Amino acid sequence: MLGLGFVLMMAALFMVFVYVPTEKNTGVVQRIFYFHVPVAWVSFLAFFITFIFSILYLWKRETKWDSIACASAEIGVIFTTLVLITGPIWAKPAWGIWWTWDARLTTSLVLWLIYIAYLLVRSLASEPSQGARYGAVIGIVGFIDVPIVFLTVNLWRTQHPSTIIFEGGLTTPMLITLMVCLAAFTVLYVLMLVQSADIKLLKDKISKLKSTIQE
Amino acid sequence: MSTFLKIFAIFWKDMLTEFRTREIIISVLVFALLVLVIFSFAFSLGADEIETIAPGILWVALTFGGVIGLNRTFALEKENSRIEGLMLCPVSRAVIYWGKLAGSFTFMLVIAVIVTPIFLALFNLPVFLPRLALIIVLALTGFASIGTLFSALTVNTRARDIMLPILFLPFVVPVIIAAVKATGPVLTGGPWSDMLTWLQIIIAFDIIYLTASSLVFDFVVEE
Repeated sequence: MLGLGFVLMMAALFMVFVYVPTEKNTGVVQRIFYFHVPVAWVSFLAFFITFIFSILYLWKRETKWDSIACASAEIGVIFTTLVLITGPIWAKPAWGIWWTWDARLTTSLVLWLIYIAYLLVRSLASEPSQGARYGAVIGIVGFIDVPIVFLTVNLWRTQHPSTIIFEGGLTTPMLITLMVCLAAFTVLYVLMLVQSADIKLLKDKISKLKSTIQE
Repeated sequence: MSTFLKIFAIFWKDMLTEFRTREIIISVLVFALLVLVIFSFAFSLGADEIETIAPGILWVALTFGGVIGLNRTFALEKENSRIEGLMLCPVSRAVIYWGKLAGSFTFMLVIAVIVTPIFLALFNLPVFLPRLALIIVLALTGFASIGTLFSALTVNTRARDIMLPILFLPFVVPVIIAAVKATGPVLTGGPWSDMLTWLQIIIAFDIIYLTASSLVFDFVVEE
């Protein structure tokens, strides 16, 4: 898995900077698209995984499900932060503005705020099991909020190059590059998730051992 | 006792506490009025901008007032471990949720009923607007549905006074946007059709969160 991730990431880097032709309207800055889209995809995937494992935790009450949910939320917040940074870098040359209150931008921002609150509640809970329960509840209701936020902001105002991928706006090399990048970032996400969930489980184990020693 | 009576009993307990202490409504009311006044100074409004900015001012006041009120309703339960007494009641957790929800909603509604006419008068708008009342009832239902869940959750965390707004505000973004957008045409006397989409969004939010919150409330209050 680690090897696969490394190879894919190297291939992605090569394709983005060497292989893929420069887009003629927006120029070289369009290359950030190959990072922006996979990172955005991973952040949504991460919050979806948090949602699934939060339900699983409330149902089965096993610490391992909670550690996956929490690890995924942490990674999701990191990737959403990256989305919110790479987006404006592209938007400034392409649209002439850093930020606009468009549906996708606003939804990402609101998601980011929701899951920061999720992490804060977990860290401020009076005991770990309580934090896990509260986290699971927020992980569930937070994910339900996404479609409503998106729909509302979409009606409110919108300006984002949305369906370009499906209208054949991308040439074949561009599409291949995007697919490789998507695969690379998804593998990266899985690797990070496994590592981070593992560390959480170990931490939990250590704190349990410590409390037995104290008794 | 029927479920409805049980919900009413919990609701009535909150009302009685409020009648005797007058802790929540007065303080939140003053706070919401202050928000209105501060915003008027901050924007130094002329007659032209009122219609574009006024809905925003009203909803900021009602939202911030709502958060403070929500914070109090569960913080009071924490004092003298009243929450444990509540949990010992031979009723399902969903009943407790609906009872607390009815209480929070009523507090917010009372505040809105007083603040809104004052706001309308301050900005020289027509003081009685039935359509605005409809928007307020629907939006406050949304606030109370998710707010009751989160205030029960944050009351047990450290730094609970700041945690509730941090958690609550991003969730109610759709309600705030929709309420502001629907209030615009009401203030200018626009047609129903302009506000209908926004009302539908608020109603959808209300239904989704009333259902979701009453389902997950069990997990928040179990000890």
